[in-house]
Amino acid sequence: MSDTISINGTQHSLPDDPRRSLLDFVRQDLGLTGTKKGCDHGQCGACTVIVNGIRINSCLTLAVMHDGDEVTTIEGLGTPEAPSELQKAFVAHDGFQCGYCTPGQICSATAMLQEIANNWPSDASESLEGEMNVTGEEIRERMSGNLCRCGAYANIVAAIRDVAEESA
Amino acid sequence: MRPFSYTKARVIEDARQITADESAMAIAGGTNLLDLMKLQVETPHKLADINRIGFDEIKKTADGGLSIGALATNTATAVHPRVRSDYPVLARAILSGATQQLRNKATNGGNLCQRTRCFYFTNIDQPCNKREPGSGCGAIDGIAKLHAVLGASDQCIATYPGDMAVALSALDAQVHIATAGGSERTVPVRDFHCLPGDTPWRDNVLEDGEIITAITLPAPVGGTQIYRKVRERSSYAFALVSIAAIVEMKDGLFSRADLAFGGLAHKPWHDLRIAEALIGQPPTAQTFDKAADILLEIARGYGENDFKIPLARRTLHAVLEHAAEEAA
Repeated sequence: MSDTISINGTQHSLPDDPRRSLLDFVRQDLGLTGTKKGCDHGQCGACTVIVNGIRINSCLTLAVMHDGDEVTTIEGLGTPEAPSELQKAFVAHDGFQCGYCTPGQICSATAMLQEIANNWPSDASESLEGEMNVTGEEIRERMSGNLCRCGAYANIVAAIRDVAEESA
Repeated sequence: MRPFSYTKARVIEDARQITADESAMAIAGGTNLLDLMKLQVETPHKLADINRIGFDEIKKTADGGLSIGALATNTATAVHPRVRSDYPVLARAILSGATQQLRNKATNGGNLCQRTRCFYFTNIDQPCNKREPGSGCGAIDGIAKLHAVLGASDQCIATYPGDMAVALSALDAQVHIATAGGSERTVPVRDFHCLPGDTPWRDNVLEDGEIITAITLPAPVGGTQIYRKVRERSSYAFALVSIAAIVEMKDGLFSRADLAFGGLAHKPWHDLRIAEALIGQPPTAQTFDKAADILLEIARGYGENDFKIPLARRTLHAVLEHAAEEAA
């Protein structure tokens, strides 16, 4: 057990104040402002990060609960020079307008594609077992925890679908 | 958020010791508790982090059932091969709730203990007998769309918001609890949540210092299993009415009909008389109506939620009709 947390591969000491959410820790203490605070109540998904390979709302967890964990934020997924496949697809499909929800959308979608690869079912899945299909309906259900107030949903789904089909 | 002291429990004894204090709370996934702490609906002085004390396994029980750790996540439970194959009603109920991000963090024990989403409970400027005993109930004669039509009291008409527990109720699951004194007790999930009565602050039977360790499911029950959830959005919304159903047919008649209902009361609703009325009967509108009459015998609306009474009747019709077709 360590008192440190790995953020995008770099070790950091945990904050002293136990009230610090993982979101505030990443944004305020570490200056990684890619992760966004939307509602701060787990309703909008703008704060989605990937912890030990699993996507969660960073606003609804305390930083001190994550000693030894490995966190990936949008800054850890790609850079302007070397964007990830999903980042490229969001640009190609215009999967955003204001861009505020985008880091959360992309972190969420990155982990979601792994969930589909694991054949984890969703509420939209016909069958609970077997191989999961990447239909528009599946993507919409699996991404329902990420809101886009601009309503760029159609292009977000198209971007995710593109990457899913390429990697399938 | 109000200040609190934070302790990482290493073993369950640590957690029991800390939470025996009534101003202390255990935190697991935290998706509901931290939300409520930000709103100052919950103001614990101490938090015991129980995420590293174990109790997260999903394993076979001696009688062929399944033990689901209290600290296993909702996701780990819903995607577990045995849950998917043998208890699909449970997998479906879990997958119908919240979002993937929340289910990835939320634990099974925490899911059972989640608090109501009543608007008056979550707003500290409003009266609420559950949050502040004696302050009144704002929902009675107020905004009551999500509220109870069964088993409410003149002090509280809140509903239990979860989906998982509705499926667990249909499955007659058992809740295993480590007591403050260090022993164990088991409570059927059907008796775990309380009706509000004149103690609306009491959601369930847990005492200070008690911690849920596991939920056990009976040996696979087979049958046609359905979880039908009616809500205002097609994803990420609480149930207005939900039904967990485990149905079997024999020679065109119901031979099994274990049903539990969500969104209607302060607890997942289960009434043995419904199964009794269905068994041996054909799947006709008349049979469905008889079951609905029993379910809704004591139903009472509070204005905005009056629609739940006919909605529950129609949803029950739809579920029984669908189940009978599938099971035939």
